[in-house]
Parts: sequence; C-alpha cells; structure tokens
Amino acid sequence: MLQGWLQIAFFCIALVACMPLVGGYMARVFRNETVGLTRVVGPLERGIYRVLRVDVAQEQDWKGYAKSLITVSLLFWLALYLILRTQTLHPFNPQGFHSGTWDVTFNTVSSFLTNTNWQFYGGETTMTYFSQMAGLAVQNFVSAAIGIVVVIALIRGILARREGSHGLGNFWQDLTRTILYVLLPLSILGAILLMSQGVIQSFSHYLGFTSLNGSSGTLALGPVASQESIKELGTNGGGFFNVNSAMPFENSNGLTNFIELFLILVIPTSLTYTYGRMVGNRRQGWAIFAAMATLFVAAVAVVYVAEQHGAVAQHLAGVSTHAISGSTGGNMEGKEQRFGIANSGLWTAVTTVTSCGAVNAAIESFTGIGGLVPFANLSASETIFGGVGTGLYSMLLFVILAVFIGGLMVGRTPEFLGKKIEAREIKLVSIGVLFTPIAVLIGSALALGTKYGAPSIYAEGPQGFSETLYAYMSQANNNGSAFAGYTGYYQPNAGNLGAHGISFADVLGGLTMMFARYVPILIVLAVAGSLARKRVAPAGLGTMRTDNGTFVVLLLGVVVLVGALTFFPALLLGPVVQGLTTQVF
Amino acid sequence: MRRDLVTSALAVVVFTLLLGLAYPFGVWAIGQVAFKHAADGSQIVMNGRLVGSSLLGQDFSMPVLDKHGKPKQDARGNPVTQPDPKYFQERPSADRYNPAGTFFSNRGPNQASAVAFYKEGLASYLALERPYDPGLTGAQVPVDAVTTSASGVDPHISQANAAIQAHRIAAVRHLPLARVKQLIAAHTDGRFAGFLGEPGVNVLELNIALDKEAPVK
Repeated sequence: MLQGWLQIAFFCIALVACMPLVGGYMARVFRNETVGLTRVVGPLERGIYRVLRVDVAQEQDWKGYAKSLITVSLLFWLALYLILRTQTLHPFNPQGFHSGTWDVTFNTVSSFLTNTNWQFYGGETTMTYFSQMAGLAVQNFVSAAIGIVVVIALIRGILARREGSHGLGNFWQDLTRTILYVLLPLSILGAILLMSQGVIQSFSHYLGFTSLNGSSGTLALGPVASQESIKELGTNGGGFFNVNSAMPFENSNGLTNFIELFLILVIPTSLTYTYGRMVGNRRQGWAIFAAMATLFVAAVAVVYVAEQHGAVAQHLAGVSTHAISGSTGGNMEGKEQRFGIANSGLWTAVTTVTSCGAVNAAIESFTGIGGLVPFANLSASETIFGGVGTGLYSMLLFVILAVFIGGLMVGRTPEFLGKKIEAREIKLVSIGVLFTPIAVLIGSALALGTKYGAPSIYAEGPQGFSETLYAYMSQANNNGSAFAGYTGYYQPNAGNLGAHGISFADVLGGLTMMFARYVPILIVLAVAGSLARKRVAPAGLGTMRTDNGTFVVLLLGVVVLVGALTFFPALLLGPVVQGLTTQVF
Repeated sequence: MRRDLVTSALAVVVFTLLLGLAYPFGVWAIGQVAFKHAADGSQIVMNGRLVGSSLLGQDFSMPVLDKHGKPKQDARGNPVTQPDPKYFQERPSADRYNPAGTFFSNRGPNQASAVAFYKEGLASYLALERPYDPGLTGAQVPVDAVTTSASGVDPHISQANAAIQAHRIAAVRHLPLARVKQLIAAHTDGRFAGFLGEPGVNVLELNIALDKEAPVK
C-alpha cells in the first residue's frame, strides 16, 4: 500500500503547490486586471462584448446579475434540448444515430445545464459527435463558468463599500472572462497533454476490426480529448463513453489519470486562494482550505483502506484479496488494472467531494464502507472543495452560519469580514444550506415510497436502496456520479431506435437537479446583494476571527453536524448495513 | 428583460461556435499534426488489417462447436465460447469486450449473485490453468483474474495473473517458460515514470508477439 500512499501524497502536494499560482492568476482575472494572456485573448474578449452588445462598465445589482444568469441559462436549456432532439439532421453523425426520447432528453439537458452531468444515456451508443461537442461540451464550459461567477459576485458583495471596490460586477463580463482566461486555456493545455498519451480526438466513423482469432469488433471513436479536458476542469463529469474515465480512450494510463484528477481539483482548491487574495487576507482562504482538506484527506484514507480490504462476496467465494507479488489485491471488481486500488479510491474521493462525478471505477461495486465515502462526501453538500465556484459559495454559506453560531455563543453581533450578519442574511443562508439536503430527501422518498421508482432499481436488498438514495443525492448535489445500476433509459440497440425512458426517474431527477442548482444560486446572489448594501464596520475586540484554527474547527463542526443529522438515518439503511455485515442479499 | 433575452440569444450562438466547434476542431488539428497515432486511437494494423487498439482489451475466446461442427448457442442466442488456450486471457468483461457499447457490471459487494459469479470464475480459471501448473491453488489466483474490469475493455492483466498463464502458453506454443516470461516483461506497461498508476501486462500486444514468434495453427 505504501506505493499507493506515496502517489496520493504526491498528488496532494502538487495540487497545493499550484494553488498560489492559479489562485493568484484568477484573482487578477476577476479584478479585471491585465494578465499575460490579455495580449492574445483581449481582442477576442472585446469582440465578444461587441457582438453581445453589452457595456461591461455597467455594474449590475444582484437582481440584474441574477436576471442575466437565469435568462442565458434558460436559452441554453432550450438550445440544448433542440440539439439533442434533432440528431438525424446533424452533421458529424457518422453512425446515423436517432434522437433520444423526450424524457431522457429532459433529464440530460437539465443535467448538463446544472453542471451535474448525471447520465441516463450511454454516450457512444446514443450521442452524435455534434451533440457531444456543440451541445454537451459547450455546457461543460458554460455551467462551470456560471458556478465561478456566482462566487465571484458573492466575494464582491462582501467587499463592497470598501475603498477601491465596487458592486457585484457585470455578469456578461465575468462569464466571458471566466471562459476566455481560465477555462479555455487550461482545457486546451489539458486536451493536448491527454492526446499525447492516447486519449482520442477523431471525427472518423467507428471502425470495424478483426481480432487475432478472427472474431470481429467495433472501435468507437470521437472528439474525446477536447471534451475530457473540460469535463474534468469544469467539475462536470459527463463521460463521452458510458463507462466514463474508466474507458482507456478517455483515460489511458497513470499520467492521464493524474492529469485528470489534477484538472478536477485545480480550480476548486485554487479558488480558496483567490478568495483570500481578493478579501485582502490570505489566511481567510487558507482557513477554508484547511477545513475542506481535512475532510478530503479523511475520505481518501477511508476509501483506500476499505477497498484494499476486498468485498464480502469475494471472500465468501474463496477469492484472495491480499496484495501479492505482481498484484495489488483488494476489491478489483469494476476497477481497471492500470489504476489499481489507490488511484481508483483517490479518484472516487476526488470526484465526489467536488461536483465532478466522473468515475474511473464502478462506484456500485465498491465495498460497503468504501461506498459509504461517496455518500458521506455528498452529504456535505459540496463544501469539501465542491464544484468550481459552487464549492466555495456553498462553503461560504456555512462560514456565515458558523460565524452566526459563534456569535450566539459569545453573545456578540456576528460580523464577517466587517459586515454585520443579521436576520435577513441568516434566513437566506439557512434556506441555502438546507435546500439541497431537502431536495435529496424528497426525491429519494418519492422514488422509494411510490411504485414508480421500482423500475429504475437494478440490485436486490440494501444495494437497491443505496442506488436510489445515491441517485437523488448525486443529482441534487449536481454531482453526476452514480451507483450505475440505477437506470432511466432502456435501449435495445445502439442509436436510440426503439428505446424508451422511465419518465418518472427522468423527470423527477431533472427537476431535482434544476431546483437544487438554481435556488441556491439565487440565494447566494441575494446574500451578496444584501451584504453589498451594508456599511463596513471596523473589526473590534469582540469580532470573532475567521482565519484561525478555532474557527476551522467550528466550521468543520457545523458542516459535519448538518450533513450527519440530515443523512445518518438514511445511510444506515444502505451502505452502513452492507459495510457491517458479512451477509449477502 | 428584452435586453437580456437578445444578449442571451447572441451568447448562445457565440459560445456554441467558439466552444462547440472552434475548440474541438482546433484540438483535433493539433492532434493530427503532433500525435496522430494516439489521437486516432492507437490502432494496430497488421498486413493491412485493423486488429484493434493497443489501449483496448479484446476477446480471446473461441466458439464451442456442437456435434455437427457448428458454433453452439445458448438459450438467448449468444454464441457459447471457451478460452482459446493458445492466447493469454483478459480479465472478465461485463460488455463482451465491446468498446462501442461499454457498461459496468454493477455487481454489488454483498450480492448473493456476486458470490456465485466469483466461485464460477475461480473454478474455470483453475480448470484452464491447473493442467499446466499442477500446484496452483485458488488462494494463489490474483483478484483481477476473476473480477470484472470497469471499462470491460481493460487492456491489462496483473503481472501475477500473466505469470500463472505463462505455464499454459509455454506448453501450448512449445516455448521455454523463461522465453514466455521475457515476452511478458517486454509487454508490461509499467507505472508512468516508474511512479504513477499500476503496472499491467498488455494482453493484445503480448498475444501478437506470441503469434509472431511461435505461431500455432
């Protein structure tokens, strides 16, 4: 296991080492300063403003910012639905695929708009190249950028009415700059690196091959590298192929796996640094990072040890899961040899603390305790790094809550970075913090309590319960990873002909994703607007510090308490039962 | 509101052109110039025939014939197959090694059906290898040999798995065991830079090398 721990440690160190570089750069981008890339990207940026006919010098209040955000999301929703439902008309459709049914398309569109990338469809058997790149991958950029601009608006709200700071900014400028200065350059770099290692980028039709012994097969191709790169970088997670980053054409070796993991976490971690830089106190950023990193490291450790132990069914069948010379041992069901236990475990922790949801191993085949880790990560509502932007704003809501609770303990008016936290903010924050967990519980309750959820379930016993609960946790947290036995789409043949969706699962899931994405966004913008109006109060003796170890512990306490109290009963019925027993069902 | 609608509509068009067409085609162009072989799927072509991809595992079984010499079919109409003894065998696959229709096994950790699956897998692995390696016990079989890979087209098996199968290959192909082990080492993809990932033996490449060196009719 030592080799595995070393790989995990190396990954964490590399990530932290890059935070000041990437985080500092993003701070300059969002202060609308000139950066090195301006010489290249500047003309394109100004061209886009001209085409969109926006005056970016015009600041928006929170309502104006929210209106622009909602309107553009709505139109992108319609555009994507239109694209996915007209596949027979597409160029770059070498396999002649038809369109999916309305219900699964509703689910998919809602999924990609909300940065979830929950997939009831299998990419290589349902989506044209055009749908993948001009439909789905575009949303990988846009939905990621929207997550980032919301947290930037919140930070600006905290800063407002200070010397040298303005309002919340301009949505169109933030969106454009996020895409042009952050997402696109890093994606291009990532895509080139991935291609060099074997991740494909091809517009050819699928190729028939004849194996050594005369049996024949089909090589599926497509523009994968460009999508793979942004899929990880934007914490989207929607695979080009059905088995996502387990497919060698998406993730070919130890290096691509490292690059992809790095891409998933680089923005969520670096944004904590950006935050510290923007509020003028780097310790504020590091404090939040410390809280997040604590939970992350715990998640990695538990999942690695649990998977290395092997699964109950393997032991009962007499299969040895010990590490021996030339084999990693452990629970290799649904895992790839080139990743082994360490990199599959690390990936699963990374993809579920963030809102990425891409997988390089089948989560449904994880051991009870190993599978509990993704559940626990989702229970934290994206506060452990979380999605790009989304993670930091979710955590900042908890920070405000923790400041409030701390204020109650010492009997002072709570303040956060010079802004008084009052009734309006706390009401909004409470709704923001509880909305996603409530969406999870309502969705799972509807699916489990009525007969309509049953057709989606694949496995017997507690595993079937886990599948359902995980499906709604994943969709409500805009994650997109799955206990993949859970289904919403039946497809007898490749190409969508003769397929039918399970409307209940498709629609309920789609609505869960949309509400759990946009309600918290509106709440965060409202909090930003509310903070922006407040005068700055100078920090006094009674001000609770939010940049020291005590506060990190308080913050952790609040996050764990809210998550645990909400989900503990439900988790007992699924993964915990399986983790504690040697029985099979 | 109208203002937002117009701007949004234009944004949909602009960003779709930039991110949905210009970006993937730009990446494709770079790939074609700099990494053509990799970007096209690391294809292996032999005598003008596409044999597969060095990144994808494939099926090395052969059809079971019935008494009339025709391929046998099971109740669902799928051909019945057995491992072809002259080839190294891949890990079990949920999707019949089909890279154009991949899916997970989704076999849970505590499923009764999983126990049956592993028992059967272990028994057939031993049935295939034990005649060539009489001392082999179930406890020595590495876990990757009986568990389904994630992609279904995992190109690798563990080195321990290959070392067991080497006995059979050496006997069937009339090669010294040491030579088979040399070939295994030559077709083992190590950790990247000796550090990242896990080592694995590339089965397709190894089988191609064997066919070249010691062909069997």
